[in-house]
Amino acid sequence: MMGMKSDIKLIDDNGLRIDGRLPNQLRPIKMEVGVVKRANGSAYIEWGGNKIMAAVYGPREAYPKHVQESDRAIIRARYNMAAFSVDERKRPGPDRRSVELSKVISEALTSVVFVEKFPRTAIDVYIEVLQADAGTRVAGITAASLALAHAGIPMRDLVVGCAAGKVDGVVVLDLNKEEDNFGEADVPMAILPRTGEIALLQMDGDLTYEELTNAMEMAMDAAREIYKMEIETLKSAYRGDDDDN
Amino acid sequence: MTTKFSEGVVAESKRNYIKKLALQGTRIDGRGFDEVRPIKIKTGFIKRADGSALVELGDTKVLVGVKIEPGEPFPDTPNMGIMTTNVELVPLASPTFEPGPPSEEAIELARVVDRGIRESHAIDLEKLVIEEGEKVWVVFIDMHVLDYHGNLFDACGIAALAALNDAIVPAERFEVGEDFKLPMNHYPVPVTFAKIGEWIVADPNLDEESIAKARLTVTTSEEGKINAMQKGLYGTFTYEEVKKVINRSLSIGQKVREQILGGADGEEN
Repeated sequence: MMGMKSDIKLIDDNGLRIDGRLPNQLRPIKMEVGVVKRANGSAYIEWGGNKIMAAVYGPREAYPKHVQESDRAIIRARYNMAAFSVDERKRPGPDRRSVELSKVISEALTSVVFVEKFPRTAIDVYIEVLQADAGTRVAGITAASLALAHAGIPMRDLVVGCAAGKVDGVVVLDLNKEEDNFGEADVPMAILPRTGEIALLQMDGDLTYEELTNAMEMAMDAAREIYKMEIETLKSAYRGDDDDN
Repeated sequence: MTTKFSEGVVAESKRNYIKKLALQGTRIDGRGFDEVRPIKIKTGFIKRADGSALVELGDTKVLVGVKIEPGEPFPDTPNMGIMTTNVELVPLASPTFEPGPPSEEAIELARVVDRGIRESHAIDLEKLVIEEGEKVWVVFIDMHVLDYHGNLFDACGIAALAALNDAIVPAERFEVGEDFKLPMNHYPVPVTFAKIGEWIVADPNLDEESIAKARLTVTTSEEGKINAMQKGLYGTFTYEEVKKVINRSLSIGQKVREQILGGADGEEN
């Protein structure tokens, strides 16, 4: 989508994708909570080649004081990519992309947390992308939502992220890195599955109305599947299925 | 975090008033839900820039200057020119804007405008090569917000497009051939909506923006394609709402585009 052109064929003659998936098939996803003992809540997700950790600190008194809101908590998500998470070393620290992603993720998480219960506090949500393979913001917000739940922070629902897009003229679910680099569009979303509300929505590329609505429906259907995994992950943590929780 | 779009507290009475008006199908400034504020476009406003446009969207005022200079291409796109966008929320434009490095609001704004122009391939970057792999034209799109009365996404997007459409590549100044008009392929226009209660209005003014629960910008091209979307703020949209917003942005965007292209030919519209 960055205007790059390539001879790589992203969809083969059988309609399969470069990694063998069907157009509406997710990459394998594994998730776990309680991975950072120091934090109030934490989660780790592996989603295709993505490896992402999220931790929650708070609610705690918000500093500096002028950022406090008298009637609610502020949620400060920080999306950060490790220098070694991508092929070409990324210079550490926030860049314009991560500032924007941190903002939209903070806003999306605020829509689901009962922030009015914790006036003048901050809930800090740290998302560390350790290895990136496209779809890091939606995997990151999914991990963040698990970490918030693991921290016992009251929420209306979990937030589940998923992306869809278009490659070689075909609308596909959950783009991998090659598809993201050489594809025609990407539509990252996050929803509240219980009500179907859309908390995060971005899009870039070139899509007709039909393609766009197809992509959105595909992403939302997949998010409902990922939601089940999230619930199962939380349940098993509290059942004590994992010996380290 | 020092710069906030919102002016903070709108009196509770005004909030109720805006919602009461919405019930009757109208808005605080008398517009319909899909009605965009009057647009004034003055191109060629800055003679030292290679393209420029001063745009008023209601009382919101944005000046965009385009500068074009030779530079090195990116290694992965040796046969393409380069575009960059930047927004400055200068403190003269609002009591809530503060000097300093770009705020997250400014960065988000610039990136959303950038995506619309980049993803629609609005600028024909392949025609901006001076020497393949060595030297290409770099198009700097700098957006200066001069008066903030709501909906900077659309004001910046309109002004950027008008300024690009006004731009001349200054080849003579750099002694690499004759000047030529910046080649344009497409004309992407962003349309932003605010959700107030259960109502969704286009081109929110400052009062509407400060009580909005959620925001959605949809950038569409003259071909009816969707090139960029950005949802913002703490509220949510239903899928049905999003679909309607996309359709509304397609038709509103078309009207706005006609104004930009009509106005860009003359000095003033």
